[in-house]
Amino acid sequence: MSQLDFSTTLGNAWFPAPIFTASGCASSGKELAQFFDLRDMGAIVTKSIMTKPRAGRATPRMAETPSGMLNSIGLQGPGIDAFLANDLAWLVEQKARIIVSIAGETAEEFASLARRLRGVAGISALEVNISCPNVENRGMVFACHLESAQTVIEGVRRTIGGDLPIIAKLSPDVTDIVSIARGVIDAGADGLALINTVLGMVINPNTMRPHLGGRTGGLSGPAVRPIAVRAIYQVHEALPKVPILGMGGVSSGADAFELILAGASGVSVGTASFGNPTAIMKIQNELRQILTDKGFSSLREAVGFAHRPESSVR
Amino acid sequence: MVGLAMAGINRSAAQLLATIVGNKKVGQYHQILISVGDLVAQCKPGNFVAISVGGPNSKMVLRRAFAISRTTTSTQYGGAIELIVAPHGNGSSWLCGLVEGEQIDITLPLGTAFGIPTTNVNALLVGGGYGSAPLFGLAEVLKERGCRVDMLLGASTGSKIYAPLEGKRSVNSLRIFTEDGSMGETGRITSPIAQLVSELQIDVIYSCGPMAMLKAISEILDGGDVVHQCAVEEAMACGIGICMTCVLPVKDEAGKINNLRSCIDGPVMDGAAIEWDLVGKTLVL
Repeated sequence: MSQLDFSTTLGNAWFPAPIFTASGCASSGKELAQFFDLRDMGAIVTKSIMTKPRAGRATPRMAETPSGMLNSIGLQGPGIDAFLANDLAWLVEQKARIIVSIAGETAEEFASLARRLRGVAGISALEVNISCPNVENRGMVFACHLESAQTVIEGVRRTIGGDLPIIAKLSPDVTDIVSIARGVIDAGADGLALINTVLGMVINPNTMRPHLGGRTGGLSGPAVRPIAVRAIYQVHEALPKVPILGMGGVSSGADAFELILAGASGVSVGTASFGNPTAIMKIQNELRQILTDKGFSSLREAVGFAHRPESSVR
Repeated sequence: MVGLAMAGINRSAAQLLATIVGNKKVGQYHQILISVGDLVAQCKPGNFVAISVGGPNSKMVLRRAFAISRTTTSTQYGGAIELIVAPHGNGSSWLCGLVEGEQIDITLPLGTAFGIPTTNVNALLVGGGYGSAPLFGLAEVLKERGCRVDMLLGASTGSKIYAPLEGKRSVNSLRIFTEDGSMGETGRITSPIAQLVSELQIDVIYSCGPMAMLKAISEILDGGDVVHQCAVEEAMACGIGICMTCVLPVKDEAGKINNLRSCIDGPVMDGAAIEWDLVGKTLVL
């Protein structure tokens, strides 16, 4: 059996394996480190960090839904100072590969976060989360507006310089995701993270009011996977050279394979880790087996395979 | 599998496929016994487990959290933990429907445990509904330490009281309160607490049950010297600290209030440190 090349790249960042955490679904890695070695996956994508400590939204913050869940966390986090001193320092010490995710209330906040991260050793890439749905002001969902999204990415690109890959995390809650994708790439992003959660709501039949403290929440889990596959497929079709970190309801190797066929170069796992702390290792092992069984000699060969004409059967 | 990076969070925890070795219906509840081998030695009163529910094709994507009520060791099945489960929702009903010999995917032990005093103090244990489950195991540990252990159990109605016969042996006194008077004394479980605290010279209250009950106990004890160790109940998605859904506002030593995760900074917390009036509110840092 020939050896499978399981490595992948996002911009100029190289990763030995293609499965990642999803931002906001692994905190900063310490919790999952109890269950597997963080170095065994592609990289940890940290919970989106903001400038100041943030308490997040009111509880209840969670509702399980059929094959999914709604969350309404609202970017709770320690702020960039504590993040750099504690969380990032710890991850670097573990020799984990790290993608730092940032979030801001304004384009200036994103740029100033990028400034704080510029030159920090041990970071493979920067995820710019312009699509968190759990914010008071829907105007803060930059990824829903082409010009706002571009302004944020331009500011980060200018600040961070040319080396560190920038991955823009986009929302599926738009009419035309391809135009947003093209816009942020034009503005200087090297890659795309697709998809953030889908805005949803659950009403409690007992209280007869919205269940979540924040009223709306982000839907994740297997229920959203077809939306992710569609978004990745559309964007890869329009921008075949742009690397995509795919995510949305992946809980098995077959699910990850589906996103890769659609055009993802790497796959993030989020909600599945809530249900299974070792989901990432399980998914990665299953994916490796599937790629081998299908006769691929490298992961790269499978990226976007679904776009090939019917005649190119394996 | 354990302690790879020594990050210090849930450092005794492991994920395993464990076998159900008992499932007995007790009133409205199920006593479920799960074989977990040597891991039983790491399970302390107050710790909880997270169980994957519904089988491989389940549409329920999140684990269910249950307090460990008791641990045992037998020659037949080795170390085992006992859970008290009410078949309320789809996940707990699925679990209650399992029979001996079936396997479950379980992560344990999780979260903080009840602090056990090093001297023989007077302890009052207060359990609401099946929140009483972890208190019987705790009572045994406290009795072994030479503590005086008194217990209050309460519920809306008698059928919701969980009070196994064998549990009664590990306490000096047990009083039951139901709101409808169908079992024990009529009234709320919190009504006799102030009097008992002074009569029995209580040093510490251990509580487990609905948030409203925990809050009421904290208010009764406010300003006094009695320590209140409460096991909180907040909806959790993961149980291991990564989802940030189960947070509670807790004041630190400097007086600063932060949203802490009840799964890893709890479930056992200092009742006096929880800002009960801010639970469910938006916290501004």
